[in-house]
Amino acid sequence: MRLLAGEWVKRWPAGTVVLLDGPMGAGKTTFARGVLEALGHVGAVRSPTFNLLHVYDTDPPVLHADLYRLSAASGLGLEDYFDTHLCLIEWPDRLGALPGQVWRVKIEFGEGESQRVVTLLKPGLGAGTSQPAPSVGDPRMEG
Amino acid sequence: MIWHEGPLLAIESSCDETCAAVLRGRRVLSNIVASQADMHERWGGVVPEAAARAHVDAMLPVVQDALSHAAVGLDRIGAIVVTNRPGLIGALSVGLTTAKALSFALRVPMIGVHHIEGHLLSPFAVIDGYNDPPNFPHLSLVVSGGHTELVHVLAPGRYRLLGQSIDDAAGEAFDKSARLMGLPYPGGRAIQERARAGKPRYALPRGLKGDTFDFSFAGFKTAVSRLVEKEGDRLNIDDLASSVQETITEVLSARAVAAAESVGAKTMTVVGGVAANQRLRERLAELAARSGIRLIVPPIELCTDNAAMIGLAGSWRLAVGQRDDFTLDAFPNAELPADADEPELGPIDESFA
Repeated sequence: MRLLAGEWVKRWPAGTVVLLDGPMGAGKTTFARGVLEALGHVGAVRSPTFNLLHVYDTDPPVLHADLYRLSAASGLGLEDYFDTHLCLIEWPDRLGALPGQVWRVKIEFGEGESQRVVTLLKPGLGAGTSQPAPSVGDPRMEG
Repeated sequence: MIWHEGPLLAIESSCDETCAAVLRGRRVLSNIVASQADMHERWGGVVPEAAARAHVDAMLPVVQDALSHAAVGLDRIGAIVVTNRPGLIGALSVGLTTAKALSFALRVPMIGVHHIEGHLLSPFAVIDGYNDPPNFPHLSLVVSGGHTELVHVLAPGRYRLLGQSIDDAAGEAFDKSARLMGLPYPGGRAIQERARAGKPRYALPRGLKGDTFDFSFAGFKTAVSRLVEKEGDRLNIDDLASSVQETITEVLSARAVAAAESVGAKTMTVVGGVAANQRLRERLAELAARSGIRLIVPPIELCTDNAAMIGLAGSWRLAVGQRDDFTLDAFPNAELPADADEPELGPIDESFA
């Protein structure tokens, strides 16, 4: 998953909006960590569920948002980042009106415990499905 | 250590609660919290615009309540403390604007503080029969919906982060597990209730292993999700609640005590909303006692978000002469202050208590 994110981020300059779709626990934040690590970020990539927005000073700068706790995103000020940051948005169904051009990354549970099916949808075009990718976890992780 | 003699007014609006408190030294004269939890229930979640508006509506009544409960007139307030980081900008701005206006009108100093410094210093409060200030240095476990941190508290203003969650906070693990199990919000309380009748028979992952003081709860959440799906109708909610609670509290307690031992801390505090969990308090007390560590858990009203703790974080800074001016800004993300150059401060001065 993180390797995949590192590959895909090459197509995403500042001003790109990427919606991360998938059920709880599928690995949306893990995907975001992959993007940030590929951009050279060192350090934790924490779940933005509680704070709603995390901003990283990478090149391009990244906005990592999580709308899980929201019932609507009005007043959050997400739009302020759409032109200047690579925006990774979890639980985007709370967003209401979407910005014009968005990529969509769909993460689904695969058959095996650690398998995920990750689908990338380009803005306005069809989908390209990856092979089921074994999730690449933290080497320190148990179970 | 010295404290501003007060009375000072503290304001906190970084998240879902609008809070104000009045302090005299370490003594909390009033500690008022207006929660937006009922609003979240009505809307099915947070709406940032509505949340900021709710802070605007609640702020002045809460400040007035804090003053009248403390029986202190506004004209006698000697300083203003306000949370200016981290948090939602819209929410923080309401408290910050109020603090600036009061500071300007009353011609008293104002200082902005970090929300987590408030949590770290909350055990120093004197309130309703509680007066158990830790010594420096000590270890602090900060656990809430947004934070899971092990901090070595060296002195006021000198904090060393020993470990933290690399993904989900412990409170988030409680809340999201509850959601996956179909239990109501807030999840921590719901799980504590259901766990009473359950047995911890489901095995759940403990996150990071080995020699680390970091935590990981993302895999935990995934495991709960898988278990709920796999067990279907056979799932025993009480047993799963018990398993969730046992696993999270065991990981937190064991790692906190290990961290305290690694830095030779003889005192440990546990602060933040998850410190309200009874099982966490029990387990920490057991493990701390076994290691000869004194455990301090402040009363629940100091653990959940409140302004009294913000007052304490500002109080010592004001007492050593720190001030902010009206250019003070709000910040969504901010590191905990760790200024190694702070002057060494003496033992705790009890004279204000």
